[in-house]
Amino acid sequence: MSINASWYLALSVVLFSIGALGVLVRRNVLIMFMCVELMLNAANLAFVSFARTLHDIGGQVLVFFVLVVAAAEVVVGLGIVVAIFRRRASANADDLHLMKG
Amino acid sequence: MTTALIELVVQGGKATIPDVGVFAVAAAIIVAGAIGVVVARNPVHSALMLVMTLFGVAVMFVLQQANFLAAVQVIVYAGAIVVLFLFVIMFLGVDTQEDIAKEPLRGQRALAAALVAIGMTGLLLLGQVSKWTTGQPHVAGSDTGAPNVNLLGKSLYTTYLFPFEATSALLIIAVVGAVVLARRPPATPDMPDMPATPDMPDMPDMPDTSEVAVATPAVPITGAHDAGVDA
Repeated sequence: MSINASWYLALSVVLFSIGALGVLVRRNVLIMFMCVELMLNAANLAFVSFARTLHDIGGQVLVFFVLVVAAAEVVVGLGIVVAIFRRRASANADDLHLMKG
Repeated sequence: MTTALIELVVQGGKATIPDVGVFAVAAAIIVAGAIGVVVARNPVHSALMLVMTLFGVAVMFVLQQANFLAAVQVIVYAGAIVVLFLFVIMFLGVDTQEDIAKEPLRGQRALAAALVAIGMTGLLLLGQVSKWTTGQPHVAGSDTGAPNVNLLGKSLYTTYLFPFEATSALLIIAVVGAVVLARRPPATPDMPDMPATPDMPDMPDMPDTSEVAVATPAVPITGAHDAGVDA
């Protein structure tokens, strides 16, 4: 409860950086999605930490909305992955250049 | 050394050693799980590592008295989202080892690591240097640091009522979108954007066989007609 919020923020930064690195480096669409979830969790951690430090419950409410939007994003994103996979039979992001002329 | 480190972490001498211990263990779990998500070669292992990270974040929520969010984190993330990930991985059959040793683009990983290192340093400095209080405090109610599900619910249904209702519309749209996207396309014969490559080699054969099939029984009839016409 009374650990300094700087430590939570530092952990959040580290988690966000690992997620960003995963999105930039990995080629599998599903793993890129998981890394996006890591970044969302880092943002959630920072929100809760700020809510406690600044004595404002709005941070926790925002985490609630982030959870809902993440659920919707995953549902639609995995639907897109399934639709692409049905046509291309590959989960590799490098193969998805259908709009390239 | 250890006491100095604990005093460094503790703010105002209020945190106890169990607090610091729980924070350290949960932070180690979070970072290890996140690294595991990125470096795992099997997508199933990545999903399980993601569960580990999500549980660590839930522990962090409990440590900051956000008990409701910790429960929702476990139920929604670990219970629904990761299961959905695993379901799609199994459904698509991509749960195979992936060769991540070779780099598709030359220098991509070094560039990505450099960019992330720069961004991480900037964010860490920003977190340490900047003033956090920017606007009007207590917009939605005070987070007193005690377990506050009541306050969270009251704020959600009064101050944030319209975003809450908009969220329901978002979920409905997401469900409809997922059904539309994942639906198998109707098998119409003249669909222009279907993958026609398996059918293409058969296409020259199809008219031949049908012509033969039509022509063979038609020979006597057409022969009779032809004879009649010729006569």
